Amino acid sequence: MRLISTYLIGLVFGLGIMISGMANPAKVLNFFDFAGTWDPSLIFVMGGAVTVAFIGYRIVLARPAGTPLMEAKFNIPSNRALDGRLIGGSAVFGIGWGIAGFCPGGALPAVGTLNADVLIFMAALVAGIFAAKALQTLTANRAAKATA
Amino acid sequence: MITEFTPYQSLAGGVLIGTASVLLMLTLGRIMGATGILAGFFRPMSLEDWTWRAALLAGMVTAPVLMLAVSGQMPPIQVPISKTMMIVGGFIVGLGVTFGSGCTSGHGVCGMARLSPRSIAATITFMIFTAATVYVVRHVFGG
Repeated sequence: MRLISTYLIGLVFGLGIMISGMANPAKVLNFFDFAGTWDPSLIFVMGGAVTVAFIGYRIVLARPAGTPLMEAKFNIPSNRALDGRLIGGSAVFGIGWGIAGFCPGGALPAVGTLNADVLIFMAALVAGIFAAKALQTLTANRAAKATA
Repeated sequence: MITEFTPYQSLAGGVLIGTASVLLMLTLGRIMGATGILAGFFRPMSLEDWTWRAALLAGMVTAPVLMLAVSGQMPPIQVPISKTMMIVGGFIVGLGVTFGSGCTSGHGVCGMARLSPRSIAATITFMIFTAATVYVVRHVFGG
């Protein structure tokens, strides 16, 4: 039941991504190309998604039970610090997104098309995630040694 | 490469993305963030932690197959850059979303909907840097 509902939620998300144009790099890059072939479509994706999530989250998080349907508690990030890692990481992400035109959420459902560019992007994305995690472990170990 | 302005399709897609995000919060109490879901898929904390991620990802990749079955064609994926640039861009995205703790779905949709200050700051930052990068690539280097 849990896996079936989660599968269907993934399907809804994937359909949304594919229909919206988020999985089409030409469209994504054109959204940011104000000085050239501008295509404002993606503002409607963001607007629709954020509006629905804004209203829906308020209803869901106000459930009298205080828990989700299939888990013991809501798993929501509690970190509120605006630090250099968040801003720097987001800036780097923006540079990558501006080059590739794919973001992780846009490319994931598109893996189902077996399009070569999507698969290349995904492989490079996963390599980047692993490289960053390794770098984080390395710096954390160094910091631990420095204080020891 | 000119692309067609598709306000209704894009709005419908956005509504589906938002709906999926709300349903994941309702059932599993989780943020629909592609970065976190993908990273956890490769480094799960437990078998149970892996299975829901696998189910969600399986649903996602089924979407274009279902669209092909229903409409007879895959949704368009037009790539105006070289394969080398795709590798470079993908790797940089992987670095950035890991240090930035999220991407367009986690920060841009779910975090913005929660009015999270971190997500709002992250979203503004990556939107500015994406636009600046596109400007530099297309109009400074003329790619």
